[in-house]
Amino acid sequence: MDHSLNVLDEALRLDNATMSFCPGQVVLIEDCVETSGAFVLHHMIKRALSPNSSGVVLFVAFAQPFSHYERILRKLSCNLVTYRENGRFFLFDMLKLDYPDGDVGNTVHDRVFDLYGKIQKALEVISVSPDYNKSCITIMIDDLSLMEVAANGASNNVLDFLHYCHTLTSELGCSLVVLNHEDIYSDLMGPTLILQMEYLADVVIKVEPLATGLATDVHGQLTVINKGVIDEPGILRTRVRNLHFKVKENSVECFYPGSRS
Amino acid sequence: MATIKSKTSSFSRNLMGVQLAQTPGLKQGLNGVTFISSGIPNLDNILGGGFPLGSLIMVMEDAEAPHHLLLLRNFMSQGLVHEQPLLYASPATDPRAFLGTLPSPLSTKDDKALDREPEQKGLRIAWQYKKYFGDNQQCSEGHRENRQEYSNDFDLRKPLERRSLSGGHIDCVSLKDYPKITAFHDRCSSFLAKFARNDAGPRCAGRIAIQSLCAPQCGYAEMEWDMISFIRCLKSMVRSSNAVALITFPPSLLSPSFAKRWQHMADTLLSVRAIPDEDKELAKLLTGYQDMVGFLHVHKVAQINTQVPVILEASTFSMKLQKRRSLVLERLNQAPVDGSSGTSYAKSAGCSGSSKAASIDF
Repeated sequence: MDHSLNVLDEALRLDNATMSFCPGQVVLIEDCVETSGAFVLHHMIKRALSPNSSGVVLFVAFAQPFSHYERILRKLSCNLVTYRENGRFFLFDMLKLDYPDGDVGNTVHDRVFDLYGKIQKALEVISVSPDYNKSCITIMIDDLSLMEVAANGASNNVLDFLHYCHTLTSELGCSLVVLNHEDIYSDLMGPTLILQMEYLADVVIKVEPLATGLATDVHGQLTVINKGVIDEPGILRTRVRNLHFKVKENSVECFYPGSRS
Repeated sequence: MATIKSKTSSFSRNLMGVQLAQTPGLKQGLNGVTFISSGIPNLDNILGGGFPLGSLIMVMEDAEAPHHLLLLRNFMSQGLVHEQPLLYASPATDPRAFLGTLPSPLSTKDDKALDREPEQKGLRIAWQYKKYFGDNQQCSEGHRENRQEYSNDFDLRKPLERRSLSGGHIDCVSLKDYPKITAFHDRCSSFLAKFARNDAGPRCAGRIAIQSLCAPQCGYAEMEWDMISFIRCLKSMVRSSNAVALITFPPSLLSPSFAKRWQHMADTLLSVRAIPDEDKELAKLLTGYQDMVGFLHVHKVAQINTQVPVILEASTFSMKLQKRRSLVLERLNQAPVDGSSGTSYAKSAGCSGSSKAASIDF
């Protein structure tokens, strides 16, 4: 497969050599009912586990079972089973969490706390391994709204969890990739989870359906917002890229609007 | 390439298909997905084969009309025809009474007659394409013979025979009996335990039909987070079993943000809308307006084991009762405008021709 960076990677400002994010970045993917943003996540798993980097992915799966990701990534020529055996891919299957019982406050707090404990433990294991110094760790959450549901609506707990993960990112240099649904929060007033996330994030990727309606050639549009990009003269600014995309089984095709004949 | 080197190669012989051929009511699809019929052959075609096993289907109700019941009735009937176990939950006090309204399958003779007529109509409009239609028709005819087992047309006027209702495989549950949704969750999980996935492939599939989950009668109004937790758990349970769950709900009764959360939960999301009685504007715009009973909108098609979204040619379909008894879905056709020029006439003819093809075989 080709290992060159495509338009999407360029927009995400992935590192040319390691094909991964600069350490310590927080990435937020926002999607909506009409267009799923899961493919961006798949693309990032593939990049993080690409052969010429030694990245490690910790994947918190609320939305789909392992078999689903495994099948998709296999078509993207990335074998998750092998990576899991080699200790480069860790999946926390949160799909099987059972129904929260009556004693709400307690169990919910424990649940988020347990998950954090597991992630921390996994990180410890990774950091003692010999080839840690060159590896870049990515924590991915699919998706945050389901984590809220699992926490029975205690978004403060979820936010705490994210902050802890964020601390990890600065301590150990891992990046955090979170998928969330934007339209859930569009009617809510006040400091919603998504606004807090947007503030926290270095890169925001918005996945939307095409404004002009259904199309078979273009599946939707992406807005990639890079915060704090340092220009040549040393000016800090926010860079925004608009892309159109078409999702295929074995790749995601991204292109600038109108650039495809 | 990593795939070739790995132990679990994607190039393995698929033995499931052979087995499935013996299981009535199931069909092998792409990406290791097995389809189960929705009970409406047109809807199966639109969705690319039917509802995938292990998926959660949600139907957004029209608050003022019971059109979701059309989908629900066909869905349940199709399961009973295939003798698939069914769990039906509704806010009514006596949910078993609803079983009496389930439609029975059309006999093949009626079926043929029903099919022939619209095809001829289609050919009359696009007679110059007759030679192209010939093949298509034969192929779809053959297809139909094969698929007879998979999905049926239902006669909405004729109730299902008592015989198929009396089997022990139907569970009817009133949501009113479960003041706490946890208990209902346990009920679903014990129902689904029978269909746990194993390597042998699906032998038998189960169906769960839940009507108006957030209706005020159930008394779940103050339990928004509990409700969505329930849906999340149901989804994960269904995903790991050979079953499908269909939930209908009135989104207007939920707060906007929760309505969106519910929609995100669905693998396949549909909505139904009634047609206002005398909408002159619409009647002028659409052909066949008088036969329409409502619109069906496809918001989301399940993406299981794949990242490629299903882009439909159209997402809104008209629900028609053909000969007042069988439910068909058709793409909307714009009526030709009076006094139009030659080009626009040609365009509308082409349009109806292509939509005809779509309703024969998607």
